[in-house]
Amino acid sequence: MRYSALSILLNGLRGNRNWAPAWRQPEPKSHYDVIIVGGGGHGLATAYYLAKEFGITKVAVLEKNYIGSGNVGRNTTIIRSNYLLPGNNPFYELSMKLWEGLEQDFNFNAMVSQRGVLNLYHSDAQRDAYTRRGNAMRLHGVDAELLDREAVRKMLPFLDFDNARFPIRGGLLQRRGGTVRHDAVAWGYARGADSRGVDVIQGCEVTGIRRENGRVTGVDTSRGFIGCNTLALAAAGNSSQVAEMAGLKLPIESHVLQAFVSEGLKPFIDGVVTFGAGHFYVSQSDKGGLVFGGDLDGYNSYAQRGNLATVEHVAEAGKAMIPALSRVRVLRSWGGIMDMSMDGSPIIDRTPIDNLYLNAGWCYGGFKATPASGFCFAHLIARGTPQETAAAFRLDRFERGYLIDEKGQGAQPNLH
Amino acid sequence: MASLVPCPHCGQRPKEEFTIKGAALARPAADADAVDWFDYVYLRDNPRGAYEEYWHHTSGCRRWIVVTRDTVTHEVAASRDAADRARSEART
Repeated sequence: MRYSALSILLNGLRGNRNWAPAWRQPEPKSHYDVIIVGGGGHGLATAYYLAKEFGITKVAVLEKNYIGSGNVGRNTTIIRSNYLLPGNNPFYELSMKLWEGLEQDFNFNAMVSQRGVLNLYHSDAQRDAYTRRGNAMRLHGVDAELLDREAVRKMLPFLDFDNARFPIRGGLLQRRGGTVRHDAVAWGYARGADSRGVDVIQGCEVTGIRRENGRVTGVDTSRGFIGCNTLALAAAGNSSQVAEMAGLKLPIESHVLQAFVSEGLKPFIDGVVTFGAGHFYVSQSDKGGLVFGGDLDGYNSYAQRGNLATVEHVAEAGKAMIPALSRVRVLRSWGGIMDMSMDGSPIIDRTPIDNLYLNAGWCYGGFKATPASGFCFAHLIARGTPQETAAAFRLDRFERGYLIDEKGQGAQPNLH
Repeated sequence: MASLVPCPHCGQRPKEEFTIKGAALARPAADADAVDWFDYVYLRDNPRGAYEEYWHHTSGCRRWIVVTRDTVTHEVAASRDAADRARSEART
């Protein structure tokens, strides 16, 4: 069923009794052309673009839990393409362009809201770094504006401009950045893929990868063996575990990242604001809650929950930026398991096993990349060659010395 | 994670006193070949379960220790002095 204002009206008049489920609950078939491990945003987007753009429809997405139960439902919903390095920038801009057309494309309301992303700077050196970043963005055709202190004050008068330690001097603004309702991204891609024949199989955990003569023949799952011609991994925080089933050791550590929502407030923060003197980013949801986050907890974890020390750290950074936050109550917090790569950039590539493909290493940045990640991974699987904007995200770049270290931290995943 | 972490020198101490460095991997010899160094610097087992990592008792005795911790439950099973561990491994 195609969703439209008319369909809402007609279904409303009929007492909303005729809505069909947005996707099927299929039993696994014995064989698929492509199996995608991981029913998160990236896995579902990959299936969607495989079916829609590349005509490959004998596809299954295997999800051990329910779709949207992992990182696609655990982020702070921010989208942006304000990257510095040539290996990253065109890819994230492709993602931004896909976000801009996404709702029409998959006929689902994902509440894409380009309300702007503002990165604050607090020193001359930081202004220079942001000027450079903004210039790099504009050279790549991405919008960027450097704001001075007064322009920021006009937008966000309640910031602590005269903080003795970290005075706010201005900010780098990307007006096309913003937020997206993250659950709807998973649902929209699942529905779009399902309607084109893809089997989205929930509650199906991959327990082994079978190989013969150096090729993958299929996967053992909690619901039996399923054969495939091509296997594609998009397992985020569990990438190392799944890859190990095929004998691969990845340049990835799994870390927990927390996020928080406050009680509902009246309209307060219009766009996304990030603190430049600590790690803190905040936006206000349409329900009024402040959605915010900060640093990783800093230790390897698969627990999907964090520690109080990081909660305090995030709250301190938030309060240093917006003193009024001191009276705001936090409603809930949660943790997601980040696949932290060794240079802070992702991997979309083939593996040493011929018909096994890998999509991993998304660090903090997985959500905003969802459309481009799915599109480029589908391109790689269908055509055998990398999509041009994702050509730098190679698995062997660490060995060859071609790192994409946006933050300049080196092989220290808990610092990216 | 438990609030108290055992330090081999100071006994049970609040976890906020410690700084976590990361995987306690065996460092290759200086003249080891590039493959070994690549493995050491970039590749990780990233286990779901028992994990050995370097912690620094920053606000305590300031010794480096090796903590064995479960990455799913966050339980700390053991800790020992990093230098002691390196010496005992060098002997074997």
